[in-house]
Amino acid sequence: MSAKTQISLATDKLAVGYSRHPVVEDVNLRLNAGELLVLIGANGSGKSTILKTMAGLIQPISGDIEMLGASVGSMPKRVAYLPQHPISTHTLPLRVRDVVAMGRFAHLGLFKNPSTIDKKIVETSMRSTGIDAQADNPIRDLSGGQQQRTHLAQALARQAEVLLLDEPTAGLDINGRKLVADLIAEERSRGVTVVLATHELKDADTADTVMLLAQRVVSIGPPEVALRDEYLRECFGFTQPH
Amino acid sequence: MIGAAIGSLVMMGGVSVVSRRLRLSGDTAIGLLFVGMLALGVMITSRSRTFVGDLSRILFGEILGVSIGDIALQLGALAIVTVIAFLARRPFLLLCVDEGLTNTSGFSSRLFHNLLLMIVAITVIASFQTVGTLLVLGMLVAPAATGALFARRISTMILIASVVGAISTYIGLLISYHFDLAAGASIVLSAVLVFAICASFSEMRKAVRENDANEHEHAHEHQHSHPGSHFR
Repeated sequence: MSAKTQISLATDKLAVGYSRHPVVEDVNLRLNAGELLVLIGANGSGKSTILKTMAGLIQPISGDIEMLGASVGSMPKRVAYLPQHPISTHTLPLRVRDVVAMGRFAHLGLFKNPSTIDKKIVETSMRSTGIDAQADNPIRDLSGGQQQRTHLAQALARQAEVLLLDEPTAGLDINGRKLVADLIAEERSRGVTVVLATHELKDADTADTVMLLAQRVVSIGPPEVALRDEYLRECFGFTQPH
Repeated sequence: MIGAAIGSLVMMGGVSVVSRRLRLSGDTAIGLLFVGMLALGVMITSRSRTFVGDLSRILFGEILGVSIGDIALQLGALAIVTVIAFLARRPFLLLCVDEGLTNTSGFSSRLFHNLLLMIVAITVIASFQTVGTLLVLGMLVAPAATGALFARRISTMILIASVVGAISTYIGLLISYHFDLAAGASIVLSAVLVFAICASFSEMRKAVRENDANEHEHAHEHQHSHPGSHFR
């Protein structure tokens, strides 16, 4: 695992978007190992676009981005990405265990057989998201919240140094939300850097850096700075109760 | 055969372009291009003097005219498809869940999507002599759909699909022989009927289970709401 002081993620004048049309411009970030960056904004504010760029799924329009000292998308073993709406196929009979085991594929490649350690990591990941009781059930038979826990377990099974989570609490009840918060805290204590996209202001409580988005960077900084009333009003049209 | 291979390559490229560039689902792209390519085939065949016979052979196959060479070719295709499906099983599985997940796991979604289309094309080319282009879709979908009804794992689904495919072919040939019906169509209809019977059985089994669960729940609730009722 990287040292605490190592820079996990750095961007410089980054512009992200689709087909040369920028969605968010001038993103300047510097995250150390074990830090939590929370991207907050309404639908279409650019949270997922930034996250996809960090995952290497879309090319930056301009500017620089570097993750773990290399270009994004070049280290599948060290970076895990949880998409906003992972498609749980309802045609194929995939058990929860099979979906979580996919988290190890980056380490196994095409040919390597899963070792005892790989299998243990899959079991541990299912236990930590509380989906282990459903391990042998088809994912298509599960509720939306249980499917989300399965996909979260899959991301954890990667045992990555950077976790990119796009609305991981979507569809989860209050216990599920607490579980995600605890998991993020646990991962950070191991030196894992977490980038979290969310609608929930509460998710920013423990963040090192918060970026408020509205198709541009409205504010950036520690929660007490980035979530000031004037910024929230600008972003959402309301402020949080004091 | 060469024409079929070229046609399949054009179809593969077309499916890739339509689904990626126009952001349409893979199923829509396949459906659209399948109909288009089929229409093109019929137009080309319509120039032939033996149009009706050729068309019937292209659309519905000619299983009774299959030679040893054709069988060898099918075995070769089976070997290629099996090896590719086994080696690329991980990226293929990832593609079923999420394209982004495939890329972030270190596999090129574009490469493996095209590889997947390629083995489908090989299967279609190899099967077209037997059941024809129109009915090959039925044989691609029906046995796999039957497997999906019962299997809890992909490997089991593949096994069930293979057995259902073989049994449907046998039943179809028997029906065709005894009732003097078109062989290719009889095989595909058998596969679809096997699916329909299995689907009905699966639904009945589900209904019985749900009923049992409801009865159990009601009995449990009753016991809790009237704890001493059996003493009265």
